[in-house]
Amino acid sequence: MRKHLLSIDDVSADDAVTLFATAAEMHDVQSRQVKKLPALRGRTIINLFFEDSTRTRSSFEIAGKWLSADTINIAAKGSSASKGESLRDTVLTIAAMGVDALVMRHPASGAALQVSQWIDAAVINAGDGTHEHPTQALLDAYTLQRRLGGPGSLEGKRIAIVGDLTHSRVFRSNVLLLTKLGASVTVVAPPTLMPSGVGSWSREAGFATSYDLDEVLPTADAVMMLRVQRERMTGGYFPSAREYTVGYGLTRDRLRLLGPDVPICHPGPMNRGLEIAADAADAAQSAVLEQVSAGVAIRMAILYHLLAGDEA
Amino acid sequence: MSETTLVKGASLYGDRTADLLLRDGVIAEIGSISTPDGARIVDADGLIALPGLVDLHTHLREPGREDAETILTGSRAAAVGGYTAVLAMANTSPVTDTAEAAERVHDLGRAAGLVDVHPVGAVTGGLGGEELAELGLMHRSRARVSVFSDDGRCVADARVMRRALEYVKAFGGVVSQHAQDPSLAGPTSCCHEGELSGRLGLPGWPGIAEEVVVARDVMLARHTGSRVHVAHASTAGTVEVLRWAKSLGIEVTAEVTPHHLLLTTDLLAGYDPTYKVNPPLRPQEDVDALRAALADGTIDAVATDHAPHARHDKEHAFVDAAFGMLGLETALPVVASVMVSSGLMTWAEVARVMSSTPAAIAGLGSQGRPLEVGQPANLVLVDPAATLVVDRERSVSLSRNNPWHGRTLGASVVATFLRGRPTVLGGELTEP
Ligand SMILES: [Zn+2]
Repeated sequence: MRKHLLSIDDVSADDAVTLFATAAEMHDVQSRQVKKLPALRGRTIINLFFEDSTRTRSSFEIAGKWLSADTINIAAKGSSASKGESLRDTVLTIAAMGVDALVMRHPASGAALQVSQWIDAAVINAGDGTHEHPTQALLDAYTLQRRLGGPGSLEGKRIAIVGDLTHSRVFRSNVLLLTKLGASVTVVAPPTLMPSGVGSWSREAGFATSYDLDEVLPTADAVMMLRVQRERMTGGYFPSAREYTVGYGLTRDRLRLLGPDVPICHPGPMNRGLEIAADAADAAQSAVLEQVSAGVAIRMAILYHLLAGDEA
Repeated sequence: MSETTLVKGASLYGDRTADLLLRDGVIAEIGSISTPDGARIVDADGLIALPGLVDLHTHLREPGREDAETILTGSRAAAVGGYTAVLAMANTSPVTDTAEAAERVHDLGRAAGLVDVHPVGAVTGGLGGEELAELGLMHRSRARVSVFSDDGRCVADARVMRRALEYVKAFGGVVSQHAQDPSLAGPTSCCHEGELSGRLGLPGWPGIAEEVVVARDVMLARHTGSRVHVAHASTAGTVEVLRWAKSLGIEVTAEVTPHHLLLTTDLLAGYDPTYKVNPPLRPQEDVDALRAALADGTIDAVATDHAPHARHDKEHAFVDAAFGMLGLETALPVVASVMVSSGLMTWAEVARVMSSTPAAIAGLGSQGRPLEVGQPANLVLVDPAATLVVDRERSVSLSRNNPWHGRTLGASVVATFLRGRPTVLGGELTEP
């Protein structure tokens, strides 16, 4: 792996295999009574969040703590802009305190990449705008792999990603990673929520687009639902919540189109009744809670490889 | 304060070679001239003489952001770039929307004394897009404002645009439109909408947002019988609309920036805010269409959209960083590289698009004049054989947001004369 984790472009298929193997070991730690490894003792990790995310921040915080790193959370929401400070000044100030890794969430696409050019610490992108969320993609792929039969099992599988693709960093990272691991991905959304130019992405092996969820679901080996932001409804992307659910929600009826072993993923938090029916969210085949626990294991694996990898 | 300069052996418009005698602010003689007593001699062997360049679209930042540029430092950058006149956009703080504000810019330009600084007046008060600014009073002022623009923003309301076009007819003014339908390219739109913006997750600025406004405005110009000018045309679709409008005899002119003639949207792949500009860099197809349109006259002029910014205003996340690039010092080398070296244009045609036509659009009688006896001695000497590796630290602008840094460009400006007085000699400013 490279020094930073900014995009799935920084992760080769071999890197992913290594990370998943490490994550499986870390996963075992989680079931122990004493959940501590000494691997990152004396290392400092700052979670710098310019945007709220209890889920991702806590996941990184726990991962760091279980590896014995000192993890510090800084909520920088609005602070730099309101003080007129540039992003560069903000991160240089924080980096000057002595930090080994900066886990960064920012509402602007590309922010993590820009920051990595300004500071020496390893930068981990914990979500940048509508660009990427590579650790989420890694935990999703890791979860799916476990569900679908273990290492290598994503090869040749058909995965549907459904919802607001335009505004989804989870979608972008997942497409890159899942196709890299040999899966074929079909993305499903109304045309207004397809990113511009997405049609030409489909030239890539194993990538297709569809407006018709009912046509895609019966052949899917796994389905990944994306969160629909409520504000999209007033942005003219679709007429109403009701119409969205009828067209693109994983409703109780559509659940029947899926095989009983087809895992259902959702990055959370879920809009129950909008993009996903309660029946689907709580179904035995739902992998939603497993994604959360896998998230800690994956983030432990990432921190371990970025910060302790050379010495191990 | 009469001074005399003899420019020896310049190639006029890249064509015939002659000496030029500059005296009392005019071109006093052209031909084979023996040196008069006390004359400064400028050896122009191998250099091309063109009329001084005129920029229809410059941001000088004064008043309001004197840390990014002042009228003095911007004038220096203009002179170094071969300009003898610039039009200073109105989106300063406060906005140039009154006669007093326009006169202040005009006076500061005179005090700097390096180029003629003509303020552009705002179309609407405070660039608010709703009420017409005092267009007539700005025109009657000492600054003689003839070009009006809310640049930085689009005059989006069709009724307001119609009234502005009608109103400026009274004194032969022109409205320069920053064509950007705000409902199609909103305030966060910062990247050409296309495959790359989709991948990068950047809010797209679709070409259609420009094209629908250009199409609307040419129809309004036809309806009002007035003149409209399209600022920084950036798409092939805009070129098509312009071509059609001109075929109907509609009074529309258009400019293109050097950066839209050469740089493409894929430079944004690394989220470098240096390349963030409004309108955004477009794909190669658009660039090709713009070059062809400039060569065939569909696009009338090259304008820099020189937009200096303090470093810290660019050191934000891409969507939060300021829009704009420097342009005055590099415009001619870029046009030479793109249009002349490639054979798309002659030097005489460069003079047309960078000097005479922009002067005519802005109604500047003493600028953009041909290199002929009796004409004002506003001219530039260009070394067509020079190659220039751009170093942003060598700029005389106060800002460093230079998209050409590290690139090699062809041709360089050796000397600039404003009314016979050298502002630049040997590539350097004559004042300290
Ligand atoms: Zn503009």
